[in-house]
Amino acid sequence: METTLVENLPEVTAVGVLIKAIIILAVISAIAGFGTYIERKVLAFMQRRLGPMHVGPYGLLQLAADGIKLFTKEDIVPQNANKFIFMIAPIITAATAFIALAAVPVFPDFTIPEFIPLLGGTFVPSIAADLNIGILFVLGMMASGLYGPLLAGMSQANKWGIIGAARTAVQFLSYEVVTGLSILAPIMIVGSLSFVDFNNAQSEGIGSWLIWQQPVAFVLFLIAGFAETNRTPFDLLEHEAEVVSGYATEYSGMRWGMFFIGEYANMITISIIAAIVFLGGYSEGTLGWLTIVLKVGFFFLLMLWVRASWPHIRPDQLMWLCWKVLMPIAVINVVITGIVMMV
Amino acid sequence: MYEIIAFYLFSALTIGLFLITVMSKNVLYAMTSLAAGMVLISGFFFILGADFLGVVQLIVYVGAVMALYSFAMMFFDATRDIKEKNTNSALIFLLGGLSAVVLVLIFAAPIHSDAIQALYPMHEGVGNAQDVGIVLFTKYLVPFEVAAVMLLVAMIAGIILAGKKMDQSLTEDMAADDEIMTQKDAK
Repeated sequence: METTLVENLPEVTAVGVLIKAIIILAVISAIAGFGTYIERKVLAFMQRRLGPMHVGPYGLLQLAADGIKLFTKEDIVPQNANKFIFMIAPIITAATAFIALAAVPVFPDFTIPEFIPLLGGTFVPSIAADLNIGILFVLGMMASGLYGPLLAGMSQANKWGIIGAARTAVQFLSYEVVTGLSILAPIMIVGSLSFVDFNNAQSEGIGSWLIWQQPVAFVLFLIAGFAETNRTPFDLLEHEAEVVSGYATEYSGMRWGMFFIGEYANMITISIIAAIVFLGGYSEGTLGWLTIVLKVGFFFLLMLWVRASWPHIRPDQLMWLCWKVLMPIAVINVVITGIVMMV
Repeated sequence: MYEIIAFYLFSALTIGLFLITVMSKNVLYAMTSLAAGMVLISGFFFILGADFLGVVQLIVYVGAVMALYSFAMMFFDATRDIKEKNTNSALIFLLGGLSAVVLVLIFAAPIHSDAIQALYPMHEGVGNAQDVGIVLFTKYLVPFEVAAVMLLVAMIAGIILAGKKMDQSLTEDMAADDEIMTQKDAK
């Protein structure tokens, strides 16, 4: 495996990567669970309600209650559904979301202290798989993630499901074009597809952040990111006022929960990409990692904020926005960036 | 060692999945195994160290198979088996087998004669994407541009074919409904 890590770092071992993978799985799953609580609370405050209040102090234990409910609910598979595909569809969503997280830097790298038996002295890298083409890999993995809703909708023998699946194909395929084109301009400026190179290119303080050179690309990427993570102005896949619950209509219990975890993991991935590519990523030192956590937290809050402020849009408006507004702007942005770089 | 295990695992899985694609009577199984096989092929690129091509394979084929899915959605009931009309299976078997043997011979011939050598080897310390780009814009510039023009032609043709009635709304404008009905009657 090729690495772009700085030379003086300790060697990355298989054990270290494994520990890293387990940490990512555990922490991101927990954040996904906690995210539902934060989402309900933030939405409630923005809409002048209280949100969950009854279970525990300020409704904090609502999380545990929801978890118990999800795990103990009956797992229903509809009679006429294609059972095998129906059962693996949520796993595709959750698995691809976590595989995408393998190539982005999550948490600082550290060495396990020597006094811990067995694992003492193992170096745990910040990126589980430090690929040279990290950004493309993450976008590709998120693209494969759309097989989850698609297969779920097609296998469940439900008309709302089929509509949800059709919307999945249309919406995600269209907005992938915008994501790719909008992130192309920063890639041209930095000249690399590696997250580490992006971080190093913007290491000279706020003035060197790429958002100042590429404000258009930043806005386009955010809009497309909302569409790709199925967030509110664009959540047509499971738009409850139109198609019951879309692709998730027939799902219950933990299989439904896996769609949810996948969606939250994708939200975090998009936030991390936006923070590293446009907002300078992490800084050096131990406290430097706090900066990226703050940035990711800001994007997470922004997603909730937009959800509280904007209504859903119609499918034809979604397509109009993608192909007649966002894509031309993205192409023009790439051309202008190229001209400015050459002149 | 890891690479050998990974290679045989990916090979077995890819062949098995594509077998399901050909043999299965269920659209959903066929499409899903096709998509999974395409994703696994990118594994071979990763084993060879061609990260960039692996990811391109992943992105391109995920989108391509997705388009096939939408056709399957429109034409078939995905939860039921399809009645296939197989005429003269012996002939199909013969032709399919022959073309498979020819393909294997074509690709195996240069390996057998040790005549294979990399004309444009990878440069040390240069990324995958840069190497692909250099070859693409020097030796293969003409095929690259021709492919681009062909895609543009296909895109324009597609827009013209689909765009004839674009200015009419199917839901609001009743004239469009009448138009569709008269065209149906004409057929």
